[in-house]
Amino acid sequence: MTDKKEFWRWKEYRWHDETMDWKNADIISTGVDIGSVSSQAVILVDGKLYAFSNQRTGSDSPESANQAINWAMENTGMTLDDIHYSVGTGYGRVNVPFADKAITEIACHARGGNFMYGPSVRTILDMGGQDCKAIRCDEKGKVEAFLMNDKCAAGTGRGMEVFADLLSVPIEEVGELSLSVEEEPEPVSSTCVVFAKSEASALLREGWPKHKVLAAYCAAMAHRIVTLLERIDVQRDFAITGGIAKNSGVVKRLEKELGLEALKSTYDSQIAGALGGALFARALETKRRKS
Amino acid sequence: MIANYGYKNGSGDFFIAIDTDKCDGCGDCVSACPNNVFVVGEDPNDPLRDEPVAMVGEEHRKKLKYTCAPCKPDRDRSALACVAACKPLAISHSW
Ligand code: SF4
Ligand code: SF4
Repeated sequence: MTDKKEFWRWKEYRWHDETMDWKNADIISTGVDIGSVSSQAVILVDGKLYAFSNQRTGSDSPESANQAINWAMENTGMTLDDIHYSVGTGYGRVNVPFADKAITEIACHARGGNFMYGPSVRTILDMGGQDCKAIRCDEKGKVEAFLMNDKCAAGTGRGMEVFADLLSVPIEEVGELSLSVEEEPEPVSSTCVVFAKSEASALLREGWPKHKVLAAYCAAMAHRIVTLLERIDVQRDFAITGGIAKNSGVVKRLEKELGLEALKSTYDSQIAGALGGALFARALETKRRKS
Repeated sequence: MIANYGYKNGSGDFFIAIDTDKCDGCGDCVSACPNNVFVVGEDPNDPLRDEPVAMVGEEHRKKLKYTCAPCKPDRDRSALACVAACKPLAISHSW
């Protein structure tokens, strides 16, 4: 029997800070981001990052939300009852059963990006599973302007997964491999997943090596995002959140076209939304206690 | 905040921008628009704001070009009903 390898599959994982004791905490807040492709839960203890999980979204949003939070709480002794305030965000935000409030990804990515990249961040580009958002924010992570392109899956994680599978290249290697071309090929003419797929198949039949096809696709995706950013007026510092931030093939080409380098962070770019949600949860709990 | 709702595609940019710092949530745009493009409510993009704000309804965001077409003839275009109704001048269109 031969197993079909799932090239699109990225690593799911969890983490918690074993040196931290949450039992005497004043406020325990969480953010749960249910995206179309991935889901994350972040737990903050008095505003400090305590635990998170990052996994694939299942077919059922409430179930994915429960799984995400339970996984983040694993081996911590914490239960849902210990959490003071929970915020749901992402595409499935209204389907988080234990959430006290739902907040858009726009607000959460700005707030989370501010925490991850610091107060100098003015423009955040969130490249998620199924849409792409450009956000301008102030030094506190408050949104000043935003733009969302939810028209099609172009420039998204889902599109990249389809490509990884088509070319049988593990998704985590797509970026590096695409950068190994000696000369940049013309971008594929369309980033629409359906068209790009048939275009790529044609190029492969013509004898293009995989890394060249990937380079053409990453370049097309980068270009498409740059045209979207025109309306939002990119100011520095600039940062990228979401799964595509991990794809150096897209990021490097995007930086080149913009003439701007994206900030690096030690945090996982995929948790930005959930992290922002947890930060709002803390602020909202503080507000609730005052009133 | 400038909230841009809409999309960009091969045929152009189709965004309605609402300046939420100017918008006072009066709801005049809701009644002025013949196609119910606007809704007024809690700002989902600014959870710490207390006043209501106008936004473009979810179901219209992907098809604004078509929804607004009757208000935008190629020639003899008069002021858009939504823009004219908004006293604080919070609404603008990109096309
Ligand atoms: S242009 Fe017409 S249809 Fe479009 S939002 Fe304004 S009033 Fe409504
Ligand atoms: S008419 Fe203008 S101020 Fe009033 S709700 Fe609409 S956008 Fe806001």
